[in-house]
Amino acid sequence: MLLEVENLTKSYPGADGPVAVLRGVDLRLAAGETVALTGESGSGKSTLLHLVGGLDTADGGTIRFDGRDITALDDTGRAALRRRDVGVIFQQFNLIPSLDVAANIAFQARLSGGADMDRLQTLAKALGLDDHLRKYPESLSGGQQQRVAIARTLMARPKLVLADEPTGNLDEATAADVLAQMLELVSETGAALMVVTHSAAVAGQMGRQLHLSRGRLA
Amino acid sequence: MTGAGFSALWSHWRRNPLQLFTLVAGLALATALWSGVQAINAEARASYDAAAQTLGEGRFDHLLPRAGETVGQDRYVALRRSGWQVSPVLEGRVFLPDNSSVRVLGIDPLTTPGGLSPVRMEAVGGLAGFLTEASLFADAETAARVDGHLEGQVVVDPSAAPGVVITDIGTAQALLGQSGRISRMIVAELQPIGLPPLDRIAPDLIRRPAQEVSDVGRLTDSFHLNLTAFGFLSFAVGIFIVHGAIGLAFEQRRGMVRTLRALGMPLGRLVWLMVAELFVLALLAGALGVVLGYLIAGFLLPDVAATLRGLYGADVAGSVRLRPSWWASGFAIALIGTGVAAAGALWQIARMPLLASARPRAWVMARGQGAWRLGALAGLLLLAALGFALWGSGLAAGFALLACLLTGAALALPLILRAVLRLAEGRARSAVWQWFWADTRQQLPSLTLALMALLLAIAANVGVSTMVSSFRLTFVGFLDQRLAPELFITADTPEQAAALEGFLASRAREVLPVNSVETQVAGLPTELFGARVGLTYRENWQFLAQGPDPWDRVGAGQAVIINEQLARRAALWVGDRIAVGPDLSLPIAGIVADYGNPIGQAVVAEAVFARLFPDQAATRFGLRSDDPAALRRALIDDFGLPEGNIVDQAQIKAFSLEVFDRTFTVTAALNVLTLAVAGFAILMSLLTLAALRVPQLAPAWALGLTRAALGRLELRRAVSLAVLTTVLALPLGLALAWVLLAVVNVEAFGWELPMYLFPLDYARLALFALLAAVLAALWPAIRLARTPPGDLLKVFANER
Repeated sequence: MLLEVENLTKSYPGADGPVAVLRGVDLRLAAGETVALTGESGSGKSTLLHLVGGLDTADGGTIRFDGRDITALDDTGRAALRRRDVGVIFQQFNLIPSLDVAANIAFQARLSGGADMDRLQTLAKALGLDDHLRKYPESLSGGQQQRVAIARTLMARPKLVLADEPTGNLDEATAADVLAQMLELVSETGAALMVVTHSAAVAGQMGRQLHLSRGRLA
Repeated sequence: MTGAGFSALWSHWRRNPLQLFTLVAGLALATALWSGVQAINAEARASYDAAAQTLGEGRFDHLLPRAGETVGQDRYVALRRSGWQVSPVLEGRVFLPDNSSVRVLGIDPLTTPGGLSPVRMEAVGGLAGFLTEASLFADAETAARVDGHLEGQVVVDPSAAPGVVITDIGTAQALLGQSGRISRMIVAELQPIGLPPLDRIAPDLIRRPAQEVSDVGRLTDSFHLNLTAFGFLSFAVGIFIVHGAIGLAFEQRRGMVRTLRALGMPLGRLVWLMVAELFVLALLAGALGVVLGYLIAGFLLPDVAATLRGLYGADVAGSVRLRPSWWASGFAIALIGTGVAAAGALWQIARMPLLASARPRAWVMARGQGAWRLGALAGLLLLAALGFALWGSGLAAGFALLACLLTGAALALPLILRAVLRLAEGRARSAVWQWFWADTRQQLPSLTLALMALLLAIAANVGVSTMVSSFRLTFVGFLDQRLAPELFITADTPEQAAALEGFLASRAREVLPVNSVETQVAGLPTELFGARVGLTYRENWQFLAQGPDPWDRVGAGQAVIINEQLARRAALWVGDRIAVGPDLSLPIAGIVADYGNPIGQAVVAEAVFARLFPDQAATRFGLRSDDPAALRRALIDDFGLPEGNIVDQAQIKAFSLEVFDRTFTVTAALNVLTLAVAGFAILMSLLTLAALRVPQLAPAWALGLTRAALGRLELRRAVSLAVLTTVLALPLGLALAWVLLAVVNVEAFGWELPMYLFPLDYARLALFALLAAVLAALWPAIRLARTPPGDLLKVFANER
């Protein structure tokens, strides 16, 4: 099993004391599996994604990734996890504005060891970015920027891809297009995919759907 | 990973070259002004050390004439015969055809103690050659100046002090036209037991202990301290720019930092990469700054050298040498400045949670939150300044007062500006102006650092120019008092002096002997004058403090007048008694100002002076006359006095004022440079903010304001803020002037200066400051007015 989450809890400080966001979440994900995580706003979807991706630390419970308990990792260990094993695609793209498209795509792979330039070309071509490699993010449309973010994530060949509302900023047609390309490329790499989404259409294309409500999986 | 991280961080600068330029240029300017001033100080100190080394100043006691510049060589012979181990020295200035001068120093290497002699004596065949060949030893610069103009073989000696020619005393006597005269004697450390006392063999000589001989270094300390303070102020203004540039860059890279961390870059590595990045930039800017500082020092050093020669008689090399220690201190100050400017930003990055907002926090809001904390700090600093003003003492307290005052005022600036802008917003009638003032208030935090730099630069200009102009006005008045005699004459011998007095009795309105000896009064080195009290003294000398009928009492031999320096240093005032001779103690009848004189001065009646120093006859006189030209002719034609022995009052005044004006050329140059740096800070702030302004201005454009109107409003905004800052800088500058005149000056030089106001000068300075602000704001405003509509539309298309 690639990912095993047990009794995961997380709360944030609020005006009237701590607010529990996750109240004991259990989850298992196999390699190559695709999962949609849905739920109302504030249900804890993004928090769960951040904890699994090593972006934040849990209050309680365990997360085992590839057999390792990542809740026991320190900041450096979590950074290594993000570099090598997990790729995160954000709603806001989070590209580096001062690097051109090619440098952005190669970036995470370079952080984790080195970038395969042939693969960069392949990914760029597959995502329709091959004419934009020398451009800077500011000159790209939202859809193109999200394609760059997907390419960047897949360049590093992560075992798990986490996507937080990856099409939330895109129009319907572009969103469908981007999602299709993402699913195709993820399946090629054999990575597991967990997508946080409000969209039933997006969720419908995943192998499994999980619904989070008030901090618990339904 | 490190390479990838570094390339990502560096890419920000590549994409924002203006910000990089601001950072490097700000740091380079700050380093340049600081290291330029340090280079001047180092060069001057090296020259003092070389000069002191030549005569063993600080190592050996010296015997000096009590009065006048020289004594007969027979005194030396008498002392040697009685067993005193002394060595004669003759020094004097020789003028060259280009009207510059060199100091000729004649020594006797056979008797100089401790091996004091030119190091390259072997170039002329050793000691014998030195004594017989009329060899002149000088550093390369001086050697080139004198070669062919002075008789003798010129030898380059790198150890010689700048502007000094060392030679055998016999050669020096010939060059200076001082046959049989010597200026001083060096006293060897080891002396035979049972020596006869000095005052029996040579009563006209005074022994100056070794620690008091090397006066130049101490005398000029205050001058160099002032230069250092100015250099530091300029450095601080430059660091404001650097702080602004780093703060903005780090703020803009918050998103990048979040992304880098999200992609797996550990925080520690990221912070170290940022430190390394700044280290590289600091080294680059430091190198540029040292080179610029070298140019600044090279530009200013001739004036500083002239000043030090004019004020203190200290010779300083007129050109700068690149010293390794200077490079090291330049890099060190650049690194320290970068560290100080970046510490806050790095601390924020190190503490920023990974999931913190990636959007650059509205810089405005981030700074605004800390505004009240800064306000409280400003209040504390201003209170501390008040405390130093009321209860502080010493030069260090004076500089602490300056630091607290300037820093406190700079920190209070944003609060005051915010209050004024809020007031303007409340009074605005039209929607556009209401928006204008509100928007200006919102922009304030981003411009605060540049405005603080402008505030400090204008205040420094107002303060220093008020001090200099007050000093000049006072100095001119002082010269009028002291140089009342229309002519000054010098007799070659005491006999000629007596004959001159007889000749002048019926021709001059008043004959005033200039009769003085150097002695100790109240334990301090003091020049004691014997004055022939008459109308000139009564009408011209003004007192800072006086008892009843001061001149009557001095004239009757019942009182003494002292200068302010002596009064302050010995804690004496009117009515106190001081010993002016072994058995004579007199009450102080008045205290006079004595600007530019480093030592004490005491004036007693001519008769009292003659009783105390019966062998001392005046050979210089000040003459009052209703027709000075006729008197001059009579002295030359009828008496036969050489023309060179007569000096016009106007000549002396002109020379004194020339020395004065050159003294402050350096200050004026540093003033202009500081203002230029502040103008640069505003330009860079506005340019870097211009791009960030588009989203804020787009809604106003969409609602009907033209781009040209927006450009004009941007210009007005910069000018309005500059006007407000200038208005606030004026009282701060006057406070600074007061501190310089009434606190720092008293502690550093021993005299207090009255403060005058110069409204026209301030108006001109304000116009310059506004011009600088307009020029700085013009380009960003034009760029904004030409922003393509497409860029403005992108704000609404959510594609930025």
